[in-house]
Amino acid sequence: MIGIEHYLVVSSTLFVLGVLGIFLNRKNVIIILMAIELILLSVNLNLVAFSAFLHDLVGQVFAMFVLTVAAGEAAIGLAILVIYFRGRGTIAVDDVNRMKG
Amino acid sequence: MDFARSLALTAPEILISVSGLVLLLVAAWGGDKASRLISIGSVAVLTACAFLTAPTLWGQMMGPDVSAFGGQHRADAFAAFAKLLIYASAGVTLIVAQSFFDKAKAMRAEFPLLILFASLGMGMMVSAGDLLALYIGLELNSLASYVMASSLRTDERSAESGLKYFVLGSLASGILLFGMSLTYGFTGTTSFAGINAALSGGLSTGATFGVIFMLAGLAFKISAAPFHMWTPDVYEGAPTPVTTFFATASKVSALGLLMRVSFEAFGSQPHAWQQVVIFASLLSIVIGALGAIGQNNIKRLMAYSSINNVGFILIGLATATKAGASAMLVYIAIYVAMSVAGFVAVLLLRDENGNQVEAISDLAGLSKTRPWIALAMALVMFSLAGIPPLFGFWGKFVVFQAAVQADMIVLAAIGIAASVIGAFYYLKVVKVMYFDEPADVVKGAGETSHTVLLVLATLAISPLGYLGTKCLGTLADYAAAALFPVG
Repeated sequence: MIGIEHYLVVSSTLFVLGVLGIFLNRKNVIIILMAIELILLSVNLNLVAFSAFLHDLVGQVFAMFVLTVAAGEAAIGLAILVIYFRGRGTIAVDDVNRMKG
Repeated sequence: MDFARSLALTAPEILISVSGLVLLLVAAWGGDKASRLISIGSVAVLTACAFLTAPTLWGQMMGPDVSAFGGQHRADAFAAFAKLLIYASAGVTLIVAQSFFDKAKAMRAEFPLLILFASLGMGMMVSAGDLLALYIGLELNSLASYVMASSLRTDERSAESGLKYFVLGSLASGILLFGMSLTYGFTGTTSFAGINAALSGGLSTGATFGVIFMLAGLAFKISAAPFHMWTPDVYEGAPTPVTTFFATASKVSALGLLMRVSFEAFGSQPHAWQQVVIFASLLSIVIGALGAIGQNNIKRLMAYSSINNVGFILIGLATATKAGASAMLVYIAIYVAMSVAGFVAVLLLRDENGNQVEAISDLAGLSKTRPWIALAMALVMFSLAGIPPLFGFWGKFVVFQAAVQADMIVLAAIGIAASVIGAFYYLKVVKVMYFDEPADVVKGAGETSHTVLLVLATLAISPLGYLGTKCLGTLADYAAAALFPVG
């Protein structure tokens, strides 16, 4: 029988992978965008699992909102990335260093 | 709880969203030429919203029942206090942004609309009564802010600051959201009142994780250490009017949200978050003070100064008392006035080609070439350092007073000691302006609207501000009382 703990373990693992993906990745900003998506999906998994566990619909409604906002967030992230690429001609993470201090 | 009453309680939000959509059509129709018209329209909308909001704060006109749409939205005195500050800051930003972007030949008709929608999100944040409303408001604000930070396409730093803000802001939203999902799972509800009731029996391990993750996500948004690393880069790279907006309205809304979550949702378990807040507060004060030493960019310096000031504001939260909440609100109001004065003064500094002057070394001898700007800047610096008779001292005083009343004398003592370190770099700016040989870089002529704003904000932080302490204190007490259920 798969219980709520199993879902929590999976979603926590996904969450940690997403956070590590942001901080350990030194190559490409696109990978950071994917890591952010992963974090949001781990949250959705959590919400839906809790919703089924508690027999309460709010969690699923919440997950719908998170999905919608995640789509908008990805669109804006890519748009900013395009502007950045036009100016600098690179999207390597190590090159994002015009400001220091 | 009927529908008409809910609509009446959310009137400012509805007004902003409807007029924002109408102005969006004007922008689509008129193009960038219509930007001035849209700016004026946006300022008018914000003014109207301020008038709609103000009665809640002054006269309790809305009556005791202030929750709309099944508790999702709360139009109480606390929300009104925060919203008035937000609308005022957004109005100032709109006024200074117009001439700034005109000079850079980068004015876009969408820019005032982004400010308008960000203010809408901020209003929803400080009025949230439920995790769902909190999340939607926060994202509406954040998504508009990411775009604004990267809106100056001619400056490479702008796109870079937008990118950094987007990545770290999304990470913060993700952490906050993960905390919210855990809180929902372990309390079985998303409404603040429901969470408070569910937690009053005790705190399970899962709920503790939820509380800590939510606080970490919110600490990102208020730029409290150890989650402050995005602040200097974003403040430096974003166009100066946008930085003004981040330092004032964004700060007010994120702090307001933090207060609402801490007191209304987690109020029955203050011990779960007090330690975290004390840690973040002391670390912010120290990092803000030490990081600013050695900065040569005035906007970067203001960023570290904002980290430092957030630390002082968090002292009020750490007390977890009504007096602490009221002191926070007083401090926030004074901080908004100081930031507006500081950034408008920075906006007035232009070299002979009309470019912004941001290096502190270029301010040398400003007292001889531009005595009035130098005086205003010096007043801002003294006020940020908390030197009496300036008004910035009052904010620190009420916060420390609340800490002492709550028997947190050690916290107050460390805070006072660290504010002495902070005074060093504020005074360094004053020294450069008044005692160094003129660098003769600042040449450009100022705008009348900027000068008027600078004079108003500087008067507010000058000793004249003390005339308003009684009024400000009463309003803050009244607003803070709304966060604590009667009993």
